Amino acid sequence: MPGKSPWKMAVGATAIALLAAGCGGGGSEGSDTTSNTVVIGIGEPQHLIPSNATESNGAEVLASLFYPLVDFDAQNQPVPVAAESITPDAKNTVWTIKLKSGFTFSNGEPVTSDNYINAWNYGAYGPNGQGASYFFERIKGYADLQSKDPDGEEGPQKAPEPKAKKLTGLEKVDDTTFKVTLSAPFAGWQSVMGYTAFYPLPKAAFSSDGVIADGFEDAIIGNGPFKLKGKWEHDSQIVVEKVADFKGTVPKVDGITWKIYQDQQAEYADLISGTVDVQTTIPIESLAKASADLGDRFKKSPNSVFQFVGFPTFQKEFQNVDVRRAISMAINRQEITDQIFLGSQSPATSFVSPVVAGYRPNSCGANCEYNPTEAKKLYEAAKGPKEIKITYNVDGNHKAWVDATCNQIKASLGINCVGGEEPKFADLLTKVEKKQPVGLIRLGWIMDYPLMENYLGPLYSTDGSSNYYGYSNPTFDNLVKEGSEAATTEQAIAKWQAAEDILAKDMPVIPLRVGQNVFGYSTKVNNVNVDLFQRVDIYKIEVVG
Amino acid sequence: MFRYIVRRLLQMVLTFFGATFLVFALMFANQTDPIQALVGERPISESQRIALTERYHLDEGFFMQYWYYIKGVLTGDFGTSMTGRKIADMMADAWPVTIKLAIIAMIIAVAFSITVGVYSALKRGGLFDNVSLVVTLVLLAMPIVVIAPLAQLIFGIQLGWFSPTATRDATLWQLLLPAIVLACIVIAPEMRVTRTSVVENLRADYVRTARAKGLNRMRVIWVHVMRNSLIPVVTLIGVDLGTLLSGAIVTEHVFNIPGVGFNLARAIRTEDGPLVVGFVSILVILVLFINLLVDLLYAALDPRIRYE
Repeated sequence: MPGKSPWKMAVGATAIALLAAGCGGGGSEGSDTTSNTVVIGIGEPQHLIPSNATESNGAEVLASLFYPLVDFDAQNQPVPVAAESITPDAKNTVWTIKLKSGFTFSNGEPVTSDNYINAWNYGAYGPNGQGASYFFERIKGYADLQSKDPDGEEGPQKAPEPKAKKLTGLEKVDDTTFKVTLSAPFAGWQSVMGYTAFYPLPKAAFSSDGVIADGFEDAIIGNGPFKLKGKWEHDSQIVVEKVADFKGTVPKVDGITWKIYQDQQAEYADLISGTVDVQTTIPIESLAKASADLGDRFKKSPNSVFQFVGFPTFQKEFQNVDVRRAISMAINRQEITDQIFLGSQSPATSFVSPVVAGYRPNSCGANCEYNPTEAKKLYEAAKGPKEIKITYNVDGNHKAWVDATCNQIKASLGINCVGGEEPKFADLLTKVEKKQPVGLIRLGWIMDYPLMENYLGPLYSTDGSSNYYGYSNPTFDNLVKEGSEAATTEQAIAKWQAAEDILAKDMPVIPLRVGQNVFGYSTKVNNVNVDLFQRVDIYKIEVVG
Repeated sequence: MFRYIVRRLLQMVLTFFGATFLVFALMFANQTDPIQALVGERPISESQRIALTERYHLDEGFFMQYWYYIKGVLTGDFGTSMTGRKIADMMADAWPVTIKLAIIAMIIAVAFSITVGVYSALKRGGLFDNVSLVVTLVLLAMPIVVIAPLAQLIFGIQLGWFSPTATRDATLWQLLLPAIVLACIVIAPEMRVTRTSVVENLRADYVRTARAKGLNRMRVIWVHVMRNSLIPVVTLIGVDLGTLLSGAIVTEHVFNIPGVGFNLARAIRTEDGPLVVGFVSILVILVLFINLLVDLLYAALDPRIRYE
């Protein structure tokens, strides 16, 4: 009877499948959750090792697990937090950091200078490939920790071992004091140390000198007000709970569940139904109905996002500054922020974000004002190209505003304007690096630390890390450098502002918009603030009732 | 029978290598700059670039990269994703939830489509039959990208019957809505095939003979008609399981389920070759086994089919 047994097999298989489907559920939910905890939505962090966490999701989780040396006050001035004091020498080159005593990691280890020095050395060492290693660039000895591939990336040869494994600029004085020597004076160094990459790592992090233990990232141990409960549940959630008798500022909630979403729309659906308590970015598709859905729990606050387009200065038709000015004047920024971004971003009229000290509104002047008649006159006199292109990556939701901007340019200047589509940002960069005529380049910037320099340096200086459009002006470079080496913050800002004035004359880029946090929260929580780094203030948030 | 199974299993090995090779080649051809794709729009430091290039052999040719991969797979190591996680761990996280989702969807789809299909066939031309035909027509016309957010909005948010999203350790109840949505893409064809097949068999000679023998109606329908009518349906169900796993990409995205679909989409976005190939290999194996199972089921349903 060949027909009988496979039947039984099929029935058996179905029964097992049913059982598997039914019994697999349950898990972490239920009994052990207390009421004084909140659920905050994030995206899947790329990394949780501080020196490798360069995007906002990882940084947000780390902010709950670690206690920074430096935090920022309402004016974005640095304030020592885990540090007792941070004192520079007269030239701002040698910085002495004294730690507050009594702090421990959540596994009980005391926090000492070694924890900082080891973590920073690890982050700076080239072969570790840490995303934020460039933050240690200013510390003396950084260059010796890097290696260059002798025959370029494509070549068969391997990069040699770097000359050194430790930064010479880090020096332990005693268990709670250490010195950082910079390779050049920098007045803003204290602000830089507020970044995620400068958190300490406990001894438990390292399996041997300079090697992070396998699995440490998934069960990371910090010196902050919260500790990891269980492990990082990838793509699902990261649960943290309060550290008992924490020495620093104590948060008001007992725990946070960082719930991981792949899609902001899904997160928004959960915010409305109360499954998630805070969403830091309301997706643009839901903005129109957000105030109806959330009422006064729909809020805005400033952040550091700066959106702009760059002129490929290597292309002949954009070398005349009048052409660049005319195109900038042809764009009605207000209309685009209102119509396309529904007020979630605001028009940019400067080359740095309003959140940094030294920002001046309208430093771009008439060049960033919408003035179609003047623009047309200027453009025709300068004999600008008859057709221009704004190239963007299609995976980043840029089509709508690029098309709108193009339409404005068409109407104002009477020329043709098209959006150039590249599948990914990497494709765009490849073309730019080969100096192919891509036209205007869409770009954006989020700051790493609140200083003007963090916009001026990477975006506009000759060897800036994000200067993809090849702008170069030695006077500008010098002013930025002089500002960095100035003795006081005020002097630094004066130099940086002078540098910004050069940008207003040269117009290497068109500032378009500055970002805002557009966030919402559930009825369960109160005192929700989202900071410049798009992070929820975990010390202020509280549960209602 | 035994020799047949062995032969099929040996064929599977070849198919497996062919398929992974193809997918790997496609991923490789599509690669522009995986390191930049990984970090998004941030500038990437020279040292990170060098480190990742070496760690993932990105500077070596296609055959070398495939060799490293296959060598790993044969020794039970699926390699490391560009994000630094072990691919085996990622699969262990993602596959159970997707398979669970697909099985629930399958059970819903099969139960619904066979019941309705058979009933429609018996009442052919009646009101129920016509209504169900119109409904399946609508289902056929609606893509899942429409059904999924719509169902989430109506049943998840506005009516609040279901939770609007599910997670990895979702309960059966949380997975029900996504599973129903997923089932929608296969219900219509399955129901229609069942109906047509039953209608045809009701007219067959052996049914008339059975009736003439004086068997009661229920026995004729459930034993004689059903057994023959199910052959095309079983084939279709096997094929549909593949459809369900790929349809899961949209459903998982909308309902925030960190399963295979989501991981595949992310891996393709970040040009993460080993990760894509890892997930696809398992997908290939699953589909191959399902096909084998379907072929074996034929023998159970129709004694005339024999395998040697």
